[in-house]
Amino acid sequence: MARSNRELQEINAGSMADIAFLLLIFFLVTTTMDVDTGIARKLPPMPEDEQIEDDSQIHARNIYVVLVNSNNQLLVENVPMDISQLKDGAKGFIDNNGLNPELSDNPEKAIISLQNDRGTSYKTYIQVQNELTAAYNELRNTAALSEFGSRYYDLPKNQQRTIRKKYPQKISEAEPKNVEENE
Amino acid sequence: MSKFRRKSKGGSPGISTASLPDIVFMLLFFFMVTTVMRETTLFVDVLTPKATEIRKMEKKSLVSYIYIGSPVKRLQSSYGSKPRIQLNDAFAETADIQEFIATERESHDEKEIPYMTVSIKADEEVKMGTVIDVKQELRKANALKINYSTRKGTY
Repeated sequence: MARSNRELQEINAGSMADIAFLLLIFFLVTTTMDVDTGIARKLPPMPEDEQIEDDSQIHARNIYVVLVNSNNQLLVENVPMDISQLKDGAKGFIDNNGLNPELSDNPEKAIISLQNDRGTSYKTYIQVQNELTAAYNELRNTAALSEFGSRYYDLPKNQQRTIRKKYPQKISEAEPKNVEENE
Repeated sequence: MSKFRRKSKGGSPGISTASLPDIVFMLLFFFMVTTVMRETTLFVDVLTPKATEIRKMEKKSLVSYIYIGSPVKRLQSSYGSKPRIQLNDAFAETADIQEFIATERESHDEKEIPYMTVSIKADEEVKMGTVIDVKQELRKANALKINYSTRKGTY
C-alpha cells in the first residue's frame, strides 16, 4: 500500500516558478533595448584623377561658409559666431530667396560649406552638424505644414520628395587640406 | 451540524498560483527572443555626443560599426591613451578599413550592398583628424552611407 502510494506521487512543481523567475531576471538584465540612433550622412564619392574641381560656377552668395578651428570656435561668413545662433543663421541664409544680396538666391541653390580643423573636437563637429540638420528640418516642417498640413516626417513618401526638392540638404565638407598635424 | 458543514464548503478558496509559472515562462520567452547579446567586446571607451535631430537606424543586420576612442583603462598601460580605432574585435589602423568594408560586403547579399551603412561610434573627446582619416578611407572603399552615432539629448 505504501509502495503504490509512492509511485503515484507527482514531481513537486512548486519551484518551477522560482527557476523561471531566475531565468527571467537574467534575461531582463542582459537585454539591451536601446535602438541605435544617429545623424545620417552621405559621403561624396572620391573624385576621379582627371576631374578638376570647379567651384567657380557657384556664385559666392550661394555658399554659406562655416569654419571651425581647433579651439572649437566658429567663423561663419567671416564673422565669429556662437553655436546657438548657427541654426537661425543657416535658416536665414537658406530661406533668403534673394532678399538679402549677401545671402542665397533660393533654397535650391543654397550650399553650406563646412570646414573643420584636424584639431576640432568630434563633439563640436556633431553639434554643428546637428544645428545645420535642425535648420533644414525646421524649414522642411514649415513648408510641409503650409503645403500639406502635416509634419514632414508624417507625410507619405511622394510628398516628402516634393518638400525635399524644395529644400535639398546640401552640406559640403571641404576636402581635408594639408593642415599641420596637431594632435 | 450539517448546516455548519455546508457553510464551510461554500467559503472562497485561496487564489490558485498554478498558472504563475506559465505567466513567468511567457515573459521569459519574450525576453529570450528579444535579447540581443553584445557581439563585440569594446576595447575603447565610447561616449557618443548628444544631438537632437536624430533618426533611428534601420536594418541592424546591414550596419557595420567603427568604434573610435581612447583604450579602456585596463589596456591603457599597454596601448596608451591616444584614441584608437576598433573594428570587430581588435584594434586597427586607418589602412585596415578598406579591407574591413570588403569583408563586410562579402558576408552580405549583392542586392543588399547599396543599403549597407557604416555607423561611426566615436567618443565626443576624439579629435576630428582621426574621424577625417576614417571618412577618407570610407570614401576610397566606396562605402558612402554613413551614420554618426549619437545619444538623444540637448548639449
